[in-house]
Amino acid sequence: MNMIVCCKQVLDPEAPPASFKIDPASNTVLQPPGVPPVVSPFDEQAVEAALRIKDSQGGKITVLTLGNNLLRDVVKKPLSMGADELVLLEDEVFEGGDSWSTAYALAMAIKKIGEFDLIFCGRQAADWDAGQVGSGIAEILGIPSITVAKKVEAIDGKVRVERVIADGYQVVEVTLPALITVTNELGEARYATLKGIMAAAKKQPTIWKPVDIGVEPSQIGAAGRRSKLLKLFQPVREGKCEIIEADTPAEAGANLAVKLRDAKLI
Amino acid sequence: MAEFKGVMVYGETTEGKLTALTTELLGCGRRLADELKEDLLCILVGEQLGEAPQSAIVYGADKVYTVEDPLLKEYQTDSYVTVMEKAIKDISPQILLLGQTAIGRDLAPRLAFRLGVSPSMDCLELNIDPDTKLLQGTRPVYGGNARAIFVSESLPQMATVRQKAMSPLEPDESRKGEIAPIKVELDPAKIKTKVIETVKEEVEGIKLEDAEAVVAGGRGIGGPEGFKELEELAKILKGAVGASRPPCDNSWVPDTLQIGLTGKIVTPELYIAVAISGSSQHLSGCSGSKNIIAINKDAEANIFKEARFGVVGDWKQALPAFTAKVKELLAG
Repeated sequence: MNMIVCCKQVLDPEAPPASFKIDPASNTVLQPPGVPPVVSPFDEQAVEAALRIKDSQGGKITVLTLGNNLLRDVVKKPLSMGADELVLLEDEVFEGGDSWSTAYALAMAIKKIGEFDLIFCGRQAADWDAGQVGSGIAEILGIPSITVAKKVEAIDGKVRVERVIADGYQVVEVTLPALITVTNELGEARYATLKGIMAAAKKQPTIWKPVDIGVEPSQIGAAGRRSKLLKLFQPVREGKCEIIEADTPAEAGANLAVKLRDAKLI
Repeated sequence: MAEFKGVMVYGETTEGKLTALTTELLGCGRRLADELKEDLLCILVGEQLGEAPQSAIVYGADKVYTVEDPLLKEYQTDSYVTVMEKAIKDISPQILLLGQTAIGRDLAPRLAFRLGVSPSMDCLELNIDPDTKLLQGTRPVYGGNARAIFVSESLPQMATVRQKAMSPLEPDESRKGEIAPIKVELDPAKIKTKVIETVKEEVEGIKLEDAEAVVAGGRGIGGPEGFKELEELAKILKGAVGASRPPCDNSWVPDTLQIGLTGKIVTPELYIAVAISGSSQHLSGCSGSKNIIAINKDAEANIFKEARFGVVGDWKQALPAFTAKVKELLAG
Protein backbone atom coordinates (compact mmCIF):
# COMPACT_ATOMS: atom_id res chain seq x y z
CA MET A 1 0.00 0.00 0.00
CA ASN A 2 1.52 3.30 -1.14
CA MET A 3 0.24 6.14 0.96
CA ILE A 4 0.75 9.89 0.75
CA VAL A 5 -0.08 12.19 3.66
CA CYS A 6 -0.35 15.96 3.21
CA CYS A 7 0.84 17.83 6.29
CA LYS A 8 0.84 21.57 6.92
CA GLN A 9 3.06 23.57 9.24
CA VAL A 10 0.80 25.91 11.25
CA LEU A 11 0.81 28.25 14.20
CA ASP A 12 0.33 26.10 17.31
CA PRO A 13 -3.46 26.02 17.84
CA GLU A 14 -2.86 25.10 21.51
CA ALA A 15 -0.97 28.34 22.13
CA PRO A 16 -2.65 30.46 24.83
CA PRO A 17 -5.47 32.49 23.23
CA ALA A 18 -3.99 35.63 24.85
CA SER A 19 -0.86 35.21 22.71
CA PHE A 20 -2.87 35.39 19.49
CA LYS A 21 -2.19 38.69 17.69
CA ILE A 22 -3.02 40.05 14.26
CA ASP A 23 -1.19 42.67 12.21
CA PRO A 24 -4.16 44.59 10.79
CA ALA A 25 -2.04 46.37 8.17
CA SER A 26 -1.01 43.16 6.45
CA ASN A 27 -4.05 41.03 7.47
CA THR A 28 -1.70 38.39 8.83
CA VAL A 29 -1.29 36.59 12.13
CA LEU A 30 1.87 37.32 14.08
CA GLN A 31 3.94 34.37 15.22
CA PRO A 32 3.67 34.42 19.04
CA PRO A 33 7.11 34.67 20.65
CA GLY A 34 8.35 31.45 22.22
CA VAL A 35 5.63 29.26 20.70
CA PRO A 36 7.07 27.28 17.77
CA PRO A 37 4.82 26.18 14.91
CA VAL A 38 3.56 22.60 14.74
CA VAL A 39 2.25 20.11 12.21
CA SER A 40 -1.50 20.80 12.04
CA PRO A 41 -3.04 18.34 14.55
CA PHE A 42 -5.61 16.99 12.07
CA ASP A 43 -2.73 16.26 9.68
CA GLU A 44 -0.86 14.44 12.45
CA GLN A 45 -3.95 12.30 12.87
CA ALA A 46 -3.90 11.69 9.10
CA VAL A 47 -0.34 10.40 9.56
CA GLU A 48 -1.66 8.22 12.40
CA ALA A 49 -4.38 6.79 10.13
CA ALA A 50 -1.74 5.88 7.53
CA LEU A 51 0.54 4.37 10.19
CA ARG A 52 -2.28 2.13 11.46
CA ILE A 53 -2.66 0.71 7.95
CA LYS A 54 1.09 0.33 7.65
CA ASP A 55 1.12 -1.47 11.04
CA SER A 56 -1.52 -3.96 9.93
CA GLN A 57 -0.43 -4.72 6.40
CA GLY A 58 2.74 -2.87 5.59
CA GLY A 59 3.25 -0.12 3.09
CA LYS A 60 5.14 3.04 2.42
CA ILE A 61 4.17 6.50 3.68
CA THR A 62 5.36 9.63 1.91
CA VAL A 63 4.63 12.93 3.62
CA LEU A 64 4.10 16.03 1.52
CA THR A 65 4.42 19.52 3.00
CA LEU A 66 4.02 22.85 1.22
CA GLY A 67 5.29 26.21 2.41
CA ASN A 68 8.31 28.42 2.76
CA ASN A 69 10.98 28.60 5.45
CA LEU A 70 9.70 25.32 6.86
CA LEU A 71 11.29 24.38 10.18
CA ARG A 72 12.97 21.02 9.75
CA ASP A 73 12.32 19.99 13.36
CA VAL A 74 8.61 20.58 12.82
CA VAL A 75 8.04 19.11 9.37
CA LYS A 76 10.15 16.02 10.16
CA LYS A 77 7.82 14.99 12.98
CA PRO A 78 5.79 12.57 10.81
CA LEU A 79 9.08 10.83 9.94
CA SER A 80 9.84 10.41 13.64
CA MET A 81 6.36 8.91 14.10
CA GLY A 82 7.12 6.29 11.44
CA ALA A 83 6.54 7.78 7.98
CA ASP A 84 9.12 6.79 5.39
CA GLU A 85 9.79 9.79 3.22
CA LEU A 86 9.33 13.53 3.28
CA VAL A 87 8.85 15.75 0.24
CA LEU A 88 8.87 19.50 0.76
CA LEU A 89 7.35 21.90 -1.74
CA GLU A 90 9.39 24.80 -0.48
CA ASP A 91 9.65 28.13 -2.21
CA GLU A 92 8.59 31.70 -1.55
CA VAL A 93 6.11 31.56 -4.45
CA PHE A 94 4.14 28.88 -2.56
CA GLU A 95 3.38 31.50 0.13
CA GLY A 96 0.06 33.30 0.53
CA GLY A 97 -2.00 30.67 -1.25
CA ASP A 98 -5.63 29.75 -0.76
CA SER A 99 -7.33 26.35 -1.00
CA TRP A 100 -7.15 26.51 -4.79
CA SER A 101 -3.51 27.24 -5.29
CA THR A 102 -2.53 24.88 -2.45
CA ALA A 103 -4.60 21.94 -3.70
CA TYR A 104 -3.28 22.48 -7.22
CA ALA A 105 0.37 22.41 -6.18
CA LEU A 106 -0.14 19.39 -3.92
CA ALA A 107 -2.01 17.51 -6.67
CA MET A 108 0.79 18.20 -9.15
CA ALA A 109 3.37 16.97 -6.63
CA ILE A 110 1.31 13.80 -6.05
CA LYS A 111 1.26 13.21 -9.81
CA LYS A 112 5.03 13.50 -9.80
CA ILE A 113 5.32 11.02 -6.91
CA GLY A 114 3.30 8.82 -9.23
CA GLU A 115 2.42 5.62 -7.41
CA PHE A 116 -0.23 5.88 -4.73
CA ASP A 117 -3.21 3.93 -3.43
CA LEU A 118 -4.34 6.22 -0.67
CA ILE A 119 -3.93 9.92 0.03
CA PHE A 120 -4.62 11.27 3.50
CA CYS A 121 -5.24 14.85 4.59
CA GLY A 122 -6.44 16.38 7.83
CA ARG A 123 -10.12 17.39 7.74
CA GLN A 124 -9.04 21.04 7.77
CA ALA A 125 -5.87 22.96 8.55
CA ALA A 126 -5.80 24.31 12.10
CA ASP A 127 -5.11 27.83 10.81
CA TRP A 128 -7.62 28.66 8.06
CA ASP A 129 -10.10 25.89 8.98
CA ALA A 130 -11.64 25.80 5.51
CA GLY A 131 -11.44 22.05 4.90
CA GLN A 132 -11.27 22.26 1.12
CA VAL A 133 -7.79 21.14 0.12
CA GLY A 134 -8.41 17.39 0.46
CA SER A 135 -11.54 17.45 -1.71
CA GLY A 136 -9.74 19.76 -4.13
CA ILE A 137 -6.80 17.40 -4.58
CA ALA A 138 -9.18 14.49 -5.18
CA GLU A 139 -11.13 16.48 -7.77
CA ILE A 140 -7.98 17.56 -9.62
CA LEU A 141 -6.69 13.97 -9.63
CA GLY A 142 -10.13 12.59 -10.55
CA ILE A 143 -10.29 10.12 -7.67
CA PRO A 144 -13.03 9.51 -5.07
CA SER A 145 -12.85 11.25 -1.70
CA ILE A 146 -14.34 10.53 1.70
CA THR A 147 -14.12 13.34 4.23
CA VAL A 148 -14.16 13.48 8.04
CA ALA A 149 -13.11 9.89 8.69
CA LYS A 150 -12.68 8.59 12.24
CA LYS A 151 -11.58 5.10 11.23
CA VAL A 152 -9.90 3.81 8.09
CA GLU A 153 -9.26 0.14 7.34
CA ALA A 154 -7.90 -1.45 4.18
CA ILE A 155 -9.76 -4.64 3.24
CA ASP A 156 -9.40 -6.66 0.02
CA GLY A 157 -8.12 -3.87 -2.17
CA LYS A 158 -10.76 -1.48 -0.88
CA VAL A 159 -10.89 0.92 2.00
CA ARG A 160 -13.61 0.94 4.61
CA VAL A 161 -14.13 4.25 6.35
CA GLU A 162 -16.22 5.41 9.27
CA ARG A 163 -17.33 8.90 8.29
CA VAL A 164 -18.62 11.12 11.09
CA ILE A 165 -22.12 12.55 10.62
CA ALA A 166 -24.17 14.70 13.01
CA ASP A 167 -25.77 11.92 15.02
CA GLY A 168 -23.35 9.05 14.54
CA TYR A 169 -21.31 7.71 11.68
CA GLN A 170 -21.61 6.07 8.31
CA VAL A 171 -19.60 3.08 7.16
CA VAL A 172 -18.53 3.77 3.59
CA GLU A 173 -16.47 1.62 1.27
CA VAL A 174 -14.40 3.05 -1.56
CA THR A 175 -12.27 1.62 -4.33
CA LEU A 176 -8.61 2.59 -4.64
CA PRO A 177 -7.02 4.96 -5.33
CA ALA A 178 -8.90 7.31 -3.02
CA LEU A 179 -8.40 10.34 -0.82
CA ILE A 180 -9.51 10.35 2.82
CA THR A 181 -9.64 13.33 5.18
CA VAL A 182 -9.23 12.51 8.86
CA THR A 183 -10.99 14.03 11.87
CA ASN A 184 -9.93 14.30 15.49
CA GLU A 185 -12.30 11.51 16.52
CA LEU A 186 -9.73 9.10 15.06
CA GLY A 187 -7.93 9.48 18.38
CA GLU A 188 -4.61 10.90 19.40
CA ALA A 189 -1.65 10.50 17.11
CA ARG A 190 1.20 8.39 18.46
CA TYR A 191 4.26 9.99 20.00
CA ALA A 192 7.56 9.98 18.21
CA THR A 193 9.90 7.33 19.61
CA LEU A 194 13.54 8.04 20.39
CA LYS A 195 14.49 5.60 17.66
CA GLY A 196 12.14 7.36 15.30
CA ILE A 197 13.57 10.76 16.13
CA MET A 198 17.11 9.48 15.48
CA ALA A 199 16.08 7.91 12.18
CA ALA A 200 14.26 11.08 11.15
CA ALA A 201 17.32 13.19 11.95
CA LYS A 202 19.33 11.21 9.42
CA LYS A 203 16.74 11.47 6.64
CA GLN A 204 17.04 14.34 4.22
CA PRO A 205 13.79 15.64 2.78
CA THR A 206 13.39 15.88 -0.98
CA ILE A 207 12.86 19.50 -1.94
CA TRP A 208 10.82 20.42 -5.00
CA LYS A 209 10.51 23.86 -6.55
CA PRO A 210 7.54 24.88 -8.75
CA VAL A 211 9.49 23.94 -11.88
CA ASP A 212 10.05 20.42 -10.50
CA ILE A 213 6.29 19.75 -10.40
CA GLY A 214 5.61 21.51 -13.69
CA VAL A 215 3.59 24.45 -12.38
CA GLU A 216 3.80 28.12 -13.33
CA PRO A 217 4.29 30.66 -10.53
CA SER A 218 1.01 32.27 -11.67
CA GLN A 219 -0.91 29.12 -10.67
CA ILE A 220 0.36 28.77 -7.11
CA GLY A 221 0.69 30.71 -3.87
CA ALA A 222 -0.81 34.19 -3.70
CA ALA A 223 -0.87 34.49 -7.50
CA GLY A 224 -3.04 31.40 -7.91
CA ARG A 225 -5.74 32.45 -5.44
CA ARG A 226 -9.40 32.47 -6.42
CA SER A 227 -10.58 34.10 -3.19
CA LYS A 228 -9.53 37.39 -1.70
CA LEU A 229 -9.07 38.07 1.99
CA LEU A 230 -10.62 41.48 2.67
CA LYS A 231 -10.10 41.66 6.39
CA LEU A 232 -8.75 39.63 9.29
CA PHE A 233 -9.79 40.65 12.81
CA GLN A 234 -10.28 39.38 16.35
CA PRO A 235 -13.84 39.21 17.72
CA VAL A 236 -14.29 41.39 20.79
CA ARG A 237 -14.83 39.46 24.02
CA GLU A 238 -16.64 41.26 26.79
CA GLY A 239 -14.94 39.56 29.72
CA LYS A 240 -17.29 40.59 32.52
CA CYS A 241 -17.32 37.46 34.62
CA GLU A 242 -18.56 37.68 38.20
CA ILE A 243 -16.45 35.30 40.26
CA ILE A 244 -18.36 33.80 43.18
CA GLU A 245 -16.23 34.34 46.29
CA ALA A 246 -16.31 31.86 49.16
CA ASP A 247 -14.00 30.14 51.66
CA THR A 248 -14.16 26.76 49.95
CA PRO A 249 -15.01 25.58 46.41
CA ALA A 250 -18.02 23.71 47.85
CA GLU A 251 -19.38 26.87 49.41
CA ALA A 252 -18.77 28.72 46.15
CA GLY A 253 -20.66 25.98 44.31
CA ALA A 254 -23.68 26.36 46.57
CA ASN A 255 -23.53 30.16 46.32
CA LEU A 256 -23.37 29.87 42.53
CA ALA A 257 -26.68 27.99 42.56
CA VAL A 258 -28.27 30.78 44.61
CA LYS A 259 -26.82 33.36 42.25
CA LEU A 260 -28.29 31.61 39.22
CA ARG A 261 -31.64 31.42 40.98
CA ASP A 262 -31.55 35.15 41.76
CA ALA A 263 -30.68 35.86 38.12
CA LYS A 264 -33.66 33.64 37.11
CA LEU A 265 -31.38 31.36 35.13
CA ILE A 266 -32.63 28.23 36.89
CA MET B 1 -22.31 38.77 -15.19
CA ALA B 2 -25.64 38.78 -17.00
CA GLU B 3 -26.02 35.05 -17.41
CA PHE B 4 -25.61 34.34 -13.68
CA LYS B 5 -28.88 35.18 -11.92
CA GLY B 6 -30.57 34.34 -8.68
CA VAL B 7 -29.60 33.26 -5.20
CA MET B 8 -29.80 29.50 -4.73
CA VAL B 9 -30.03 27.54 -1.49
CA TYR B 10 -29.02 23.90 -1.44
CA GLY B 11 -31.60 22.51 0.99
CA GLU B 12 -31.36 19.40 3.13
CA THR B 13 -34.28 17.28 4.26
CA THR B 14 -34.91 14.59 6.83
CA GLU B 15 -37.98 12.40 6.51
CA GLY B 16 -39.61 14.72 3.99
CA LYS B 17 -39.07 17.87 6.05
CA LEU B 18 -36.62 20.73 5.62
CA THR B 19 -33.89 20.78 8.24
CA ALA B 20 -33.80 23.78 10.59
CA LEU B 21 -30.58 24.98 8.99
CA THR B 22 -32.25 24.93 5.55
CA THR B 23 -34.93 27.31 6.79
CA GLU B 24 -32.14 29.54 8.15
CA LEU B 25 -30.43 29.45 4.74
CA LEU B 26 -33.70 30.41 3.06
CA GLY B 27 -34.08 33.33 5.48
CA CYS B 28 -30.57 34.54 4.69
CA GLY B 29 -30.96 33.83 0.96
CA ARG B 30 -34.21 35.82 0.85
CA ARG B 31 -32.43 38.89 2.25
CA LEU B 32 -29.55 38.57 -0.24
CA ALA B 33 -31.95 38.00 -3.17
CA ASP B 34 -34.00 41.05 -2.21
CA GLU B 35 -30.87 43.20 -2.01
CA LEU B 36 -29.86 42.02 -5.47
CA LYS B 37 -33.48 42.28 -6.71
CA GLU B 38 -33.33 38.69 -7.89
CA ASP B 39 -35.20 35.46 -7.21
CA LEU B 40 -34.53 33.07 -4.36
CA LEU B 41 -34.10 29.58 -5.72
CA CYS B 42 -33.88 26.36 -3.75
CA ILE B 43 -32.66 22.97 -4.86
CA LEU B 44 -33.58 19.76 -3.06
CA VAL B 45 -31.93 16.45 -3.85
CA GLY B 46 -32.91 13.01 -2.56
CA GLU B 47 -34.84 9.82 -3.08
CA GLN B 48 -38.22 11.18 -2.04
CA LEU B 49 -38.69 14.78 -1.00
CA GLY B 50 -42.24 14.64 0.34
CA GLU B 51 -43.64 18.00 1.42
CA ALA B 52 -40.23 19.67 1.58
CA PRO B 53 -40.43 21.54 -1.78
CA GLN B 54 -43.70 23.24 -0.80
CA SER B 55 -42.24 24.00 2.59
CA ALA B 56 -39.25 25.75 0.93
CA ILE B 57 -41.73 28.14 -0.71
CA VAL B 58 -43.45 28.75 2.63
CA TYR B 59 -40.02 29.67 4.04
CA GLY B 60 -39.21 32.14 1.28
CA ALA B 61 -38.20 30.47 -2.00
CA ASP B 62 -39.59 31.72 -5.33
CA LYS B 63 -38.69 28.60 -7.24
CA VAL B 64 -37.77 25.13 -6.02
CA TYR B 65 -35.89 22.67 -8.17
CA THR B 66 -36.23 19.05 -7.18
CA VAL B 67 -34.07 16.07 -8.13
CA GLU B 68 -35.50 12.72 -7.05
CA ASP B 69 -33.81 9.41 -7.83
CA PRO B 70 -33.43 6.11 -5.94
CA LEU B 71 -29.65 6.47 -6.43
CA LEU B 72 -29.83 9.63 -4.29
CA LYS B 73 -31.23 7.85 -1.23
CA GLU B 74 -28.05 8.53 0.71
CA TYR B 75 -25.61 11.34 0.30
CA GLN B 76 -22.58 10.20 -1.65
CA THR B 77 -20.02 12.64 -2.96
CA ASP B 78 -19.87 11.32 -6.53
CA SER B 79 -23.61 11.24 -7.18
CA TYR B 80 -24.48 14.50 -5.45
CA VAL B 81 -21.64 16.45 -7.04
CA THR B 82 -22.75 15.16 -10.47
CA VAL B 83 -26.32 16.32 -9.81
CA MET B 84 -25.26 19.73 -8.54
CA GLU B 85 -22.76 20.31 -11.34
CA LYS B 86 -25.50 19.72 -13.92
CA ALA B 87 -28.02 21.85 -12.03
CA ILE B 88 -25.64 24.78 -11.51
CA LYS B 89 -24.57 24.76 -15.15
CA ASP B 90 -28.21 24.70 -16.35
CA ILE B 91 -29.62 27.21 -13.86
CA SER B 92 -26.56 29.51 -13.44
CA PRO B 93 -27.32 31.14 -10.09
CA GLN B 94 -24.91 33.87 -9.06
CA ILE B 95 -24.85 32.76 -5.43
CA LEU B 96 -25.09 29.24 -4.01
CA LEU B 97 -25.52 28.74 -0.26
CA LEU B 98 -25.16 25.43 1.56
CA GLY B 99 -25.25 24.46 5.24
CA GLN B 100 -22.03 23.67 7.08
CA THR B 101 -23.15 20.10 7.74
CA ALA B 102 -21.75 16.63 7.11
CA ILE B 103 -23.14 17.03 3.58
CA GLY B 104 -22.35 20.69 2.95
CA ARG B 105 -18.75 20.57 4.10
CA ASP B 106 -18.15 17.61 1.76
CA LEU B 107 -20.23 18.72 -1.20
CA ALA B 108 -19.26 22.40 -1.34
CA PRO B 109 -15.49 22.06 -1.84
CA ARG B 110 -15.69 19.20 -4.31
CA LEU B 111 -18.41 20.94 -6.34
CA ALA B 112 -16.48 24.22 -6.21
CA PHE B 113 -13.31 22.63 -7.55
CA ARG B 114 -15.33 21.03 -10.35
CA LEU B 115 -16.91 24.38 -11.23
CA GLY B 116 -13.64 26.28 -10.84
CA VAL B 117 -14.91 28.54 -8.07
CA SER B 118 -13.90 29.26 -4.47
CA PRO B 119 -16.38 28.88 -1.59
CA SER B 120 -16.24 30.56 1.82
CA MET B 121 -16.79 27.81 4.37
CA ASP B 122 -18.62 27.97 7.72
CA CYS B 123 -19.80 31.58 7.39
CA LEU B 124 -21.33 33.42 10.33
CA GLU B 125 -22.36 36.45 8.28
CA LEU B 126 -23.10 37.06 4.61
CA ASN B 127 -23.51 40.47 3.03
CA ILE B 128 -23.67 42.03 -0.40
CA ASP B 129 -21.04 44.72 -0.98
CA PRO B 130 -23.07 47.80 -1.97
CA ASP B 131 -20.49 48.87 -4.58
CA THR B 132 -19.34 45.66 -6.23
CA LYS B 133 -22.55 43.66 -5.50
CA LEU B 134 -20.26 40.76 -4.58
CA LEU B 135 -20.95 38.39 -1.69
CA GLN B 136 -18.80 38.92 1.39
CA GLY B 137 -18.55 35.97 3.77
CA THR B 138 -17.35 36.35 7.35
CA ARG B 139 -15.99 33.13 8.81
CA PRO B 140 -14.08 32.01 11.88
CA VAL B 141 -10.43 31.14 11.27
CA TYR B 142 -7.52 30.06 13.46
CA GLY B 143 -9.73 27.84 15.56
CA GLY B 144 -12.08 30.71 16.33
CA ASN B 145 -9.30 33.08 17.44
CA ALA B 146 -10.00 35.35 14.50
CA ARG B 147 -12.59 36.14 11.85
CA ALA B 148 -11.90 36.68 8.19
CA ILE B 149 -13.97 38.32 5.48
CA PHE B 150 -13.56 36.72 2.07
CA VAL B 151 -14.81 37.61 -1.38
CA SER B 152 -14.50 35.76 -4.67
CA GLU B 153 -15.21 37.01 -8.16
CA SER B 154 -15.64 33.57 -9.70
CA LEU B 155 -19.29 32.65 -10.31
CA PRO B 156 -21.34 31.23 -8.80
CA GLN B 157 -20.15 32.70 -5.52
CA MET B 158 -20.43 29.90 -3.00
CA ALA B 159 -20.66 29.85 0.79
CA THR B 160 -21.52 27.38 3.49
CA VAL B 161 -23.31 28.73 6.57
CA ARG B 162 -23.02 27.67 10.18
CA GLN B 163 -26.06 26.43 12.09
CA LYS B 164 -27.98 29.02 14.05
CA ALA B 165 -25.99 31.89 12.54
CA MET B 166 -28.99 33.08 10.48
CA SER B 167 -32.70 33.41 11.25
CA PRO B 168 -35.51 31.78 9.29
CA LEU B 169 -38.47 33.82 8.05
CA GLU B 170 -41.84 33.34 9.68
CA PRO B 171 -43.48 30.58 7.62
CA ASP B 172 -46.11 32.05 5.29
CA GLU B 173 -48.52 29.43 3.96
CA SER B 174 -49.97 31.90 1.44
CA ARG B 175 -46.64 32.43 -0.35
CA LYS B 176 -46.69 31.40 -4.00
CA GLY B 177 -43.83 29.74 -5.82
CA GLU B 178 -42.97 27.29 -8.54
CA ILE B 179 -41.75 23.71 -8.16
CA ALA B 180 -39.66 22.44 -11.08
CA PRO B 181 -38.53 18.81 -11.13
CA ILE B 182 -35.27 18.26 -13.00
CA LYS B 183 -33.87 14.99 -14.22
CA VAL B 184 -30.20 14.12 -14.01
CA GLU B 185 -28.90 10.91 -15.56
CA LEU B 186 -26.74 9.07 -13.05
CA ASP B 187 -24.37 6.28 -13.99
CA PRO B 188 -24.05 3.89 -11.01
CA ALA B 189 -20.63 2.80 -12.33
CA LYS B 190 -19.31 6.29 -11.67
CA ILE B 191 -20.24 6.21 -7.99
CA LYS B 192 -17.05 4.90 -6.45
CA THR B 193 -18.27 4.80 -2.87
CA LYS B 194 -20.82 2.54 -1.25
CA VAL B 195 -22.62 3.21 2.03
CA ILE B 196 -22.56 -0.04 4.01
CA GLU B 197 -24.48 1.18 7.04
CA THR B 198 -25.48 4.24 8.99
CA VAL B 199 -24.95 4.01 12.73
CA LYS B 200 -26.88 6.36 15.01
CA GLU B 201 -25.19 7.17 18.28
CA GLU B 202 -28.03 9.13 19.81
CA VAL B 203 -27.82 9.49 23.54
CA GLU B 204 -30.94 9.18 25.64
CA GLY B 205 -32.89 12.22 26.67
CA ILE B 206 -32.93 15.70 25.20
CA LYS B 207 -30.87 16.31 22.08
CA LEU B 208 -27.81 18.42 22.74
CA GLU B 209 -28.61 20.90 19.95
CA ASP B 210 -32.13 21.42 21.28
CA ALA B 211 -31.40 21.62 25.01
CA GLU B 212 -32.03 24.88 26.87
CA ALA B 213 -29.45 23.89 29.48
CA VAL B 214 -26.14 22.23 28.64
CA VAL B 215 -23.68 20.87 31.18
CA ALA B 216 -20.35 20.37 29.46
CA GLY B 217 -17.17 18.77 30.76
CA GLY B 218 -13.58 19.13 29.65
CA ARG B 219 -10.21 17.50 30.01
CA GLY B 220 -10.18 18.29 33.73
CA ILE B 221 -13.07 15.88 34.37
CA GLY B 222 -10.40 13.20 34.11
CA GLY B 223 -12.41 10.19 32.96
CA PRO B 224 -15.83 8.72 32.17
CA GLU B 225 -16.87 8.49 35.88
CA GLY B 226 -16.88 12.26 36.31
CA PHE B 227 -19.38 12.64 33.51
CA LYS B 228 -21.95 10.76 35.62
CA GLU B 229 -21.97 13.76 37.97
CA LEU B 230 -22.53 16.05 34.99
CA GLU B 231 -25.41 13.84 33.86
CA GLU B 232 -27.02 14.12 37.26
CA LEU B 233 -26.94 17.92 37.07
CA ALA B 234 -28.18 17.90 33.47
CA LYS B 235 -31.11 15.73 34.49
CA ILE B 236 -32.09 18.10 37.29
CA LEU B 237 -31.91 21.05 34.86
CA LYS B 238 -33.79 19.08 32.17
CA GLY B 239 -30.82 19.64 29.92
CA ALA B 240 -28.17 17.68 28.08
CA VAL B 241 -24.54 16.78 28.63
CA GLY B 242 -21.83 17.91 26.24
CA ALA B 243 -18.06 17.88 26.16
CA SER B 244 -15.05 19.64 24.75
CA ARG B 245 -12.74 17.71 22.46
CA PRO B 246 -10.41 15.88 24.88
CA PRO B 247 -13.13 13.78 26.60
CA CYS B 248 -14.39 12.68 23.16
CA ASP B 249 -10.94 11.98 21.75
CA ASN B 250 -10.20 9.92 24.88
CA SER B 251 -13.50 8.01 24.50
CA TRP B 252 -14.80 9.07 27.92
CA VAL B 253 -18.02 10.10 26.17
CA PRO B 254 -19.41 9.46 22.65
CA ASP B 255 -18.04 11.67 19.86
CA THR B 256 -21.56 12.97 19.27
CA LEU B 257 -21.33 14.99 22.51
CA GLN B 258 -18.48 17.10 21.19
CA ILE B 259 -19.14 20.85 21.17
CA GLY B 260 -16.84 23.09 19.17
CA LEU B 261 -15.38 23.90 15.83
CA THR B 262 -15.33 20.26 14.74
CA GLY B 263 -18.37 19.21 16.75
CA LYS B 264 -21.82 20.55 17.51
CA ILE B 265 -22.83 24.19 17.74
CA VAL B 266 -25.10 24.88 20.71
CA THR B 267 -26.88 28.06 21.80
CA PRO B 268 -28.73 27.22 25.05
CA GLU B 269 -30.02 29.66 27.67
CA LEU B 270 -27.60 28.18 30.17
CA TYR B 271 -24.21 26.66 29.41
CA ILE B 272 -22.35 25.28 32.39
CA ALA B 273 -18.71 24.61 31.52
CA VAL B 274 -17.06 22.32 34.05
CA ALA B 275 -13.26 21.90 33.98
CA ILE B 276 -13.16 23.37 30.47
CA SER B 277 -10.29 25.77 29.83
CA GLY B 278 -12.09 27.50 26.97
CA SER B 279 -9.92 27.01 23.91
CA SER B 280 -11.06 29.08 20.97
CA GLN B 281 -12.07 25.98 19.04
CA HIS B 282 -14.38 24.94 21.89
CA LEU B 283 -15.81 28.45 22.29
CA SER B 284 -16.65 28.36 18.57
CA GLY B 285 -19.31 25.82 19.47
CA CYS B 286 -20.80 27.45 22.56
CA SER B 287 -20.18 31.20 22.47
CA GLY B 288 -23.70 31.76 21.17
CA SER B 289 -25.09 30.55 24.52
CA LYS B 290 -27.09 33.18 26.40
CA ASN B 291 -25.37 32.60 29.74
CA ILE B 292 -22.08 30.77 30.21
CA ILE B 293 -21.21 29.62 33.71
CA ALA B 294 -17.69 28.36 34.35
CA ILE B 295 -16.23 26.15 37.05
CA ASN B 296 -12.46 25.85 36.71
CA LYS B 297 -9.55 25.68 39.13
CA ASP B 298 -7.41 27.96 36.95
CA ALA B 299 -8.41 31.59 37.52
CA GLU B 300 -6.62 32.52 34.29
CA ALA B 301 -8.59 30.01 32.18
CA ASN B 302 -9.91 31.54 28.98
CA ILE B 303 -13.45 30.33 29.70
CA PHE B 304 -13.84 33.08 32.34
CA LYS B 305 -13.52 35.67 29.56
CA GLU B 306 -16.77 34.33 28.08
CA ALA B 307 -18.58 33.51 31.31
CA ARG B 308 -21.17 35.56 33.17
CA PHE B 309 -20.64 33.80 36.49
CA GLY B 310 -17.69 31.70 37.58
CA VAL B 311 -16.31 29.60 40.38
CA VAL B 312 -12.54 29.31 40.69
CA GLY B 313 -11.91 25.97 42.33
CA ASP B 314 -11.74 22.20 41.97
CA TRP B 315 -14.91 20.99 40.24
CA LYS B 316 -14.87 17.83 42.36
CA GLN B 317 -15.69 19.95 45.38
CA ALA B 318 -17.69 22.73 43.76
CA LEU B 319 -19.97 20.67 41.53
CA PRO B 320 -21.60 18.33 44.10
CA ALA B 321 -22.44 21.31 46.32
CA PHE B 322 -23.74 23.23 43.32
CA THR B 323 -25.86 20.29 42.13
CA ALA B 324 -27.28 19.71 45.63
CA LYS B 325 -28.20 23.38 46.00
CA VAL B 326 -29.75 23.52 42.53
CA LYS B 327 -31.84 20.47 43.38
CA GLU B 328 -32.95 22.03 46.66
CA LEU B 329 -33.86 25.34 45.00
CA LEU B 330 -35.78 23.69 42.17
CA ALA B 331 -37.64 21.45 44.61
CA GLY B 332 -38.58 24.41 46.80
